[in-house]
Amino acid sequence: MATPSLLLLLADGRFPAGAHAHSGGLEAAVAAGRVTDLTSLEAFLAGRLATAGLVGAAFAAAAHRVAMPETVGSAHPARSARPSDAPVGSPARSGALARLDAELDARTAAPALRAVSRRQGRALLRAGRSIWSDAPFADLPATPGGAHQPLVLGLLCAAAGLSRVETATIAAYGTLTGAASAGVRLLGLDPYQVQALLVGLADACDGTAADAARAADDPPERLPAAAAPLADIHAEIHATWEVRLFAS
Amino acid sequence: MRALARLVARADGRGGTALVELHGETPLLLRQTPTDGGVATVHLVGGAAGPLAGDDLRLEIEVGPGAAVRVHSVAASIALPGRAGAVSRMAVRAVVHADATLHWLPEQLVAAAGCAHLAESRIELAAGASLLWRDELICGRYGEAPGGAVVHTQVDYAGRPLLRQSLAVGPHAPGWAGPAVLGGAPATGSLLVVDPSQAAEPPMADGSVARLPLAGGPATLWTATAPDAHTLRAHLSV
Repeated sequence: MATPSLLLLLADGRFPAGAHAHSGGLEAAVAAGRVTDLTSLEAFLAGRLATAGLVGAAFAAAAHRVAMPETVGSAHPARSARPSDAPVGSPARSGALARLDAELDARTAAPALRAVSRRQGRALLRAGRSIWSDAPFADLPATPGGAHQPLVLGLLCAAAGLSRVETATIAAYGTLTGAASAGVRLLGLDPYQVQALLVGLADACDGTAADAARAADDPPERLPAAAAPLADIHAEIHATWEVRLFAS
Repeated sequence: MRALARLVARADGRGGTALVELHGETPLLLRQTPTDGGVATVHLVGGAAGPLAGDDLRLEIEVGPGAAVRVHSVAASIALPGRAGAVSRMAVRAVVHADATLHWLPEQLVAAAGCAHLAESRIELAAGASLLWRDELICGRYGEAPGGAVVHTQVDYAGRPLLRQSLAVGPHAPGWAGPAVLGGAPATGSLLVVDPSQAAEPPMADGSVARLPLAGGPATLWTATAPDAHTLRAHLSV
């Protein structure tokens, strides 16, 4: 059974999954002169939430659904729902996770973004394995580079006893906070005003998470695929830099 | 308006392509145009303005083993408002068999003010099939903010997901014009190149265009934003 503290712990940027090293594409957007101040940062965050935020949250929710099959059909499972007790190495579960991994690849056109997602997945998996050693991480596909971050997050949240919508909330929230704190560092913005931006986006974040949790009931090919051309373009430009403050 | 159009091509056994079915309904009309080098060329001719909200247009394309088809359109299509609350829909479903080629190179889709439009393409490619698939979206006529438009593309290669993308613009798409999505560019689009005979080139990007090798097959996606339709076309030409 999850507690509010576990939700906060997993949503915390200090959870050792390396999120602080990533700007969510903001560093390249700043370098391109497309984000210069609070107003353009707000537009960046809103667009990122509606695209990468929605897709990542939906895949985290879908992986959570795979780990907790008894909650199928409910975006708001009871707190008492427990992770599936199917043995580790369940072929059905590993097949479903491999399908999600391929579907997320197809939604991530930029190779740089695929690599970032897998790198973040590896970092999160290290943390997850050492904390929830009996979670079915072995069912993640053995893709070169590691499994995508939202899949790992979904399994990890299920192991912590979080609900599907809580899982989606952590994923959506993470796409906002990483970029927002990078904004403070890259643009020297007033941290109080940036926090006020995040407060203003809280409803949109909750709404995105609810949409993502609902979408997880759809077949994998129908999961959200919201695209952002500049995110792909910025990511590939950023990947060629020799000197950068953030890994992405 | 509702319309269903259908195009079926087969290899004719002499190195060419025969259109064994070519059927349209107003406003979705298909016309065969002169062919070059074994490729059957078809133009989509809009038989009416629009699409208008409420229109439901469907096009089915099947390219048989070894056949080659190129589809163009004679003019941009302009998604316009119609009945209050209604959505216009253009659904294209294409199946391309082994050693077959489909080039889908229509003119732009313009999302006019007040439109509510869904462009939905589902493409199934057999292993060994080739594809060029270009989508270009112009957000509003000159100096105009667009209505709602979603361009959804779903491509499978050899039974595996190759590309899923859904670009949404307009009043119901938060941040679409902002620096995370289009950065104020009124024109955007992509060109998907699937070519099993060529190794994918490495990724490349400059300010507003990128070449992106995909994970799920022998394919590259070009994606771009641009200040106008002409610049966009220059980015998305092969």
